[in-house]
Amino acid sequence: MSNDLVKLSAKGVNLWFGNKQVLKNISVDFEPNKVTALIGPSGCGKSTLLRAFNRMHDLSPDARIEGKFMLENQDLYEKGLSVTQLRRRIGMVFQKANPFPKSIYENINYGLKINDIPKAERPGIIENALRESYIWEEVKDELEKPATRLSGGQQQRLCIARTVALRPEVILMDEPCSALDPLSTLKIEELIVKLKKDFTIVIVTHNMQQAQRVADKTVFMYLGEIIEEGQTKDMFANPKNELTANYVKGHFG
Amino acid sequence: MRKKLTPLLEWGTLLITTGLVCFFLVVILWDLVSKGASSLSWNFVSSLPTQGMTSGGILPAITGTVLLTMITALVAAPFGVSCAIYLNEYAADNWLTRLIRASIRNLAGVPSIIYGLFGLALFVQGLQMGTSLLSAGLTLGLLSLPYIIITTEEALRRIPASTREAALAVGATQFESIRDVVVPSAMPGMLTGLVLTLSRAAGETAPILFTGVAFYINNPSGYLNQEFMALPYHLYMLSTQHQAIEAVRPLAYGTALVLLIVVFLLNLTAFYIRYKYSKNE
Repeated sequence: MSNDLVKLSAKGVNLWFGNKQVLKNISVDFEPNKVTALIGPSGCGKSTLLRAFNRMHDLSPDARIEGKFMLENQDLYEKGLSVTQLRRRIGMVFQKANPFPKSIYENINYGLKINDIPKAERPGIIENALRESYIWEEVKDELEKPATRLSGGQQQRLCIARTVALRPEVILMDEPCSALDPLSTLKIEELIVKLKKDFTIVIVTHNMQQAQRVADKTVFMYLGEIIEEGQTKDMFANPKNELTANYVKGHFG
Repeated sequence: MRKKLTPLLEWGTLLITTGLVCFFLVVILWDLVSKGASSLSWNFVSSLPTQGMTSGGILPAITGTVLLTMITALVAAPFGVSCAIYLNEYAADNWLTRLIRASIRNLAGVPSIIYGLFGLALFVQGLQMGTSLLSAGLTLGLLSLPYIIITTEEALRRIPASTREAALAVGATQFESIRDVVVPSAMPGMLTGLVLTLSRAAGETAPILFTGVAFYINNPSGYLNQEFMALPYHLYMLSTQHQAIEAVRPLAYGTALVLLIVVFLLNLTAFYIRYKYSKNE
């Protein structure tokens, strides 16, 4: 399994919510330091798949999961594995910016605090994370301001900074721009492309232009199955499957 | 013609209803203030009653009600909040949880006199606490519990799942996410519920009737194991049971006014806390 070209993978995954099967026999590999986009029409299971990687379904009692999820050689659903440790290695940015009801500084500091990062190191890490997320210049003079007063785009970059600060290996992004205006979206997309130098990124998106702009690889899902995957360029230029072709041309979605 | 009239009619009906509610509120306040203001004085709120309640002040009733409300808060808030957190954050959505929740809602509808009798049986006699400030505080605490649980749970339910997930995603345990993010976010709603419940408890008479309130004591109430005076009971006695009802009427109005002010101050505190929290968000 210790393939250098696979950072994160799922094998033979089936997932049910109650009696409804949402993921059907999913097997997929994500390469390190690449951006992979998960695309597909609403309800195809792409967000569900994404959230399975950092075990966000743990708290939904009606979710039932089969199959294997691996981060390098670590089985993510191994008995006795600390979920909090795992989530430190696999960070997540959500669809709607969800800063904590605390100051800008505390929003990043909180993650460092509960992960026992020494107090003396925190200010440096926080500044660095804000710089990496291209929001430092905008907020450096008002770090004590409540994060909820930032604009939507700034909030989302703060949420990315919060994730980046913990130095995860993988960052999962669940439609991070769906609630943002075009300008903020552009900023976040630039940020994503820059972040792949240090992180492996999996992004769920509804926006096919976005997938083409940011993703090295693209995975197309339909009704809980992976229909096609490949290099983004190839997939959009020469889709092999008819469903993919119809979707990327915008015939349904 | 109908299209034009209907909105006017709807608007008018709502306006009149609102006006009617406000009208009664104003009448009650006016009645209390006009008849009670004359008895209000520093002496009235700072001295003991004298000459069989026909003169002097109501200090013991004020301290009694304030202390009683504090005990109620100390008893009901920790248990109520913990219970609400368990029900909303941890408990699985199954028949048992639904049964517990339904029972709590039913408890909120139990008449307060029943709580009084229950307090008499459990605290005063069963646990041998006697008729005392503590027994009455515990009884009022029981009465307040369901309200605090319901309002806290409502406040927690309004916090979106994404807020909880934000904390989990940076490596917080479920408990840390609740302690550090969910509860602080829900705090304004929780405090509103708590204070409204307490101001209701402060005005209750029936639950303390058998459990510790006294018509007259000659020191400022303040001992957990002794009987105490309380504003609502004092008011009840002055307006219905006193041998010289006409003579003490101004005092009764004065007492009512003081009770209203105590409750108003409590609400003001809640308002202030909410304001402070909303500024930090």
